[in-house]
Amino acid sequence: MVAKNNTKNINITFENISKSFGVVKANQNVNLDIYEGEILALLGENGSGKTTLMNMLSGIYYPDEGNIYVKGEKVNIASPKDAFSYHIGMIHQHFKLIDVFTSLENIVLGIESNVSKKQKWSYFFKNFYKKKEDRETKYIDRASVKDARPIVQEICDKYGFILDLDKKVYDMSVSEKQTLEIVKTLYRGADILILDEPTAVLTPIEIDKLFNVLRNMKNDGKSIIIITHKLNEVMEISDRVAVLRKGECIGSVVTKNTNEAELTEMMVGEKIELNIKRDEPVNPVDRLIVKDLECKNEDGREILHDVSFTARSGEILGIAGISGSGQKELLETIAGLIKGSSGEITYINPKTDKEVNLRSKSPAQIRDLGVRLSFVPEDRLGMGLVGNMDLVDNMMLRSYRKSKSHLVDRKKPTELANEVVNELGVSTPSIHTSVRKLSGGNVQKVLVGREIASHPKVLMVAYPVRGLDINSSYLIYNLLNEQKKKGTAIIYVGEDLDVLIALSDRILVIGDGEVRGLVDARKTTKREIGLLMTKKNEGGLDDDK
Amino acid sequence: MIFFNTILPSAISIATIFLFGCVGEIIMEKSGHLNLGIPGVMCFGTLGGCVGVSIFMSSYSSDPLSAPWFGLVLISLLFSALFSLIAGLIYAFLTVTLKCNQNVTGLALTTFGGGVVDLFMSTIDKSYFSYASKIIRYHLPFADSLGAFGKIFFGHGILVYLGIVIALITAFILKKTRVGLSLRSIGENPATADAQGINVTKYKYGAILIGSIIAGFGGLFYVMDYVGGSWENSGTIQAFGWLALALVIFTVWRPSLAIIGSIIFGLFFILPSYVSGISFVTMKVLKILPYVITVIVLIITSIVGKKGVQPPSSLGQSYFREER
Repeated sequence: MVAKNNTKNINITFENISKSFGVVKANQNVNLDIYEGEILALLGENGSGKTTLMNMLSGIYYPDEGNIYVKGEKVNIASPKDAFSYHIGMIHQHFKLIDVFTSLENIVLGIESNVSKKQKWSYFFKNFYKKKEDRETKYIDRASVKDARPIVQEICDKYGFILDLDKKVYDMSVSEKQTLEIVKTLYRGADILILDEPTAVLTPIEIDKLFNVLRNMKNDGKSIIIITHKLNEVMEISDRVAVLRKGECIGSVVTKNTNEAELTEMMVGEKIELNIKRDEPVNPVDRLIVKDLECKNEDGREILHDVSFTARSGEILGIAGISGSGQKELLETIAGLIKGSSGEITYINPKTDKEVNLRSKSPAQIRDLGVRLSFVPEDRLGMGLVGNMDLVDNMMLRSYRKSKSHLVDRKKPTELANEVVNELGVSTPSIHTSVRKLSGGNVQKVLVGREIASHPKVLMVAYPVRGLDINSSYLIYNLLNEQKKKGTAIIYVGEDLDVLIALSDRILVIGDGEVRGLVDARKTTKREIGLLMTKKNEGGLDDDK
Repeated sequence: MIFFNTILPSAISIATIFLFGCVGEIIMEKSGHLNLGIPGVMCFGTLGGCVGVSIFMSSYSSDPLSAPWFGLVLISLLFSALFSLIAGLIYAFLTVTLKCNQNVTGLALTTFGGGVVDLFMSTIDKSYFSYASKIIRYHLPFADSLGAFGKIFFGHGILVYLGIVIALITAFILKKTRVGLSLRSIGENPATADAQGINVTKYKYGAILIGSIIAGFGGLFYVMDYVGGSWENSGTIQAFGWLALALVIFTVWRPSLAIIGSIIFGLFFILPSYVSGISFVTMKVLKILPYVITVIVLIITSIVGKKGVQPPSSLGQSYFREER
């Protein structure tokens, strides 16, 4: 079916929507229309505000400014329940299902009965003494598991869902759970369906199946919004693409009239000049060599596939990629937190030039080998620091094992805490304040300060400026540059391409757990990196559809 | 024959204490609240029941045995419910509204309940308790003429049957009704339940208060039926409270199984007193058996790992709506 654009009715209108979280502006003056019977792809980099925008439509967040119109009528969506009353349903990345319930139980959970108590009782008294065949036709209670079955079955048949209604959720595959979520949303009467990165967890065959039912739903007149950053899928499924960049809606284009290169350009935008100073690396030597590294997650799915790269001393190696492409696992495997299944991680000791293999060693073993490796994880208060302990105790976490005495020595950590507070300008009432009470930027300063104090030879940082304001961010960049000067090999995982290009010496692009390319940060463009990140077949800027 | 004539009937009798405590705790745990305060709640229930009995009996001081059965049972249940309700409210307010740690709150409630009951029981007029107990224990007269069968099925006071009925109704509600579905979803994943428009706080309060009332009946039953109106101290009741908590695990969170489970626990509990010629140590070892079996059940369910026999997923965790 070919979409007839001129005859289509507008279903939803966003007007000047803005939303910020603290200092971070997630959405700014977004204007966007969504038509009936179309599939709209919402495209954008990580943190461009796609999910936030849709969360406002589904009632999870409330916009700071601006209006939302449903079918021309101004509406106020304050909760998911409100959203349902306007026939809007969202399928989140993390499914909201009860594991021990069956499909059907999950579908009817929380639905308010459409039959009043009076109706129920009067039916009961009129009919309970009669024979089965003499009874009046019974009401259909949408909230009852029994009555819902035929309705749900009908929905499944209509759109081609395959769903076992009596299967428990804990026995289901991810794809089945997703199907259940969609059916559940449809059962609640959704006409506007939002899917947040629906293909991230699916296999190619499952993706095809999903796209088929989405097309069926579109032909039935439903509006479907897919949040994604995979260009090939955008081209395949969508009728129209709206591109978000840094919280702003750059514009929307009809999919037929565009190509992947144009979309990438819209997505990454013009280069922004950042005033980050970058020195030439001083005689770089290989420090950490990763070769053919593979790693599997708990479900046995491959997260890293044949990853090879070299980190050199006095150099910042940036790692770019869509979030969830394996960055976290890569760093954690090197740090010894996850066991890689095969491959080599070789550390070259600068003093002795001896090579040590780090794979399948625990963090303690790595330290005992004399490897000076520091890791600033993404999850600062979860993995990096202990929130309820004060600055001194957190400093001590890194060093208390070195002491030979059974009693802990607080003198040195106290000195270090004071040093970090003074030099990095951590604003805290005292060094005996628990870290949890500090702001995000100060927490990060404490963590980076502690890691740098151990004079690392390899420093790995994951999203170090996430949630930080401009000044704190620059402070972190300067700290990294200082370490670079001292000859540390720095691995920087970031999401902002402008920063990556301005700060790093070389940039490793990864996607789906594979190395997509290694580029010289001084020569590359955002467009090149963007294409490497989003496209499966690497490189080819010219092979448009 | 001694088994059917004496042991089983008294096992059923003692089982009722576990049963009330266990069913009450199951309802709370289904809402995601691990209430370690059950022993304390039972103490509150005991105290309430005793206060009710002593008020009611004071108007029949000339001929205590002439007090009406129905009135006495009703008043003792009402007062017991009222006092357990207070205990439940304390727990619910602390853990649901203020989101305190459930384990700490529960343990505090246990010690608090023990202290309160020990303190106030000394001020209550207990002189009519044995009469009241005789009345509450009243069973149908024809039971005695039916031999073992009559003793097992008809030879108990009303509270025993009340316990079984409550267990069956609870099982039905949890399994078959929408209220039960909503309640179970809260215990499994409150965020999901919230997103589906279920009022999590309301359900949690409801489950904790109703659960507390039911558990409190266990304490009432202990004093007024099982031991015949005598009073030692809170320790005896609390011992049953802990066993009721163990029974919840033993019955894998199913109120219907709790009926059988409680009788099995009851058998283990009284069997040592009927086995002659065993040493003191052996007797104590036998009394440990219910706990040992609970541990074995826990090990088996963990090894089997089937989701159907696991505790509610969010058991023991407070629900913060903001952390979405």
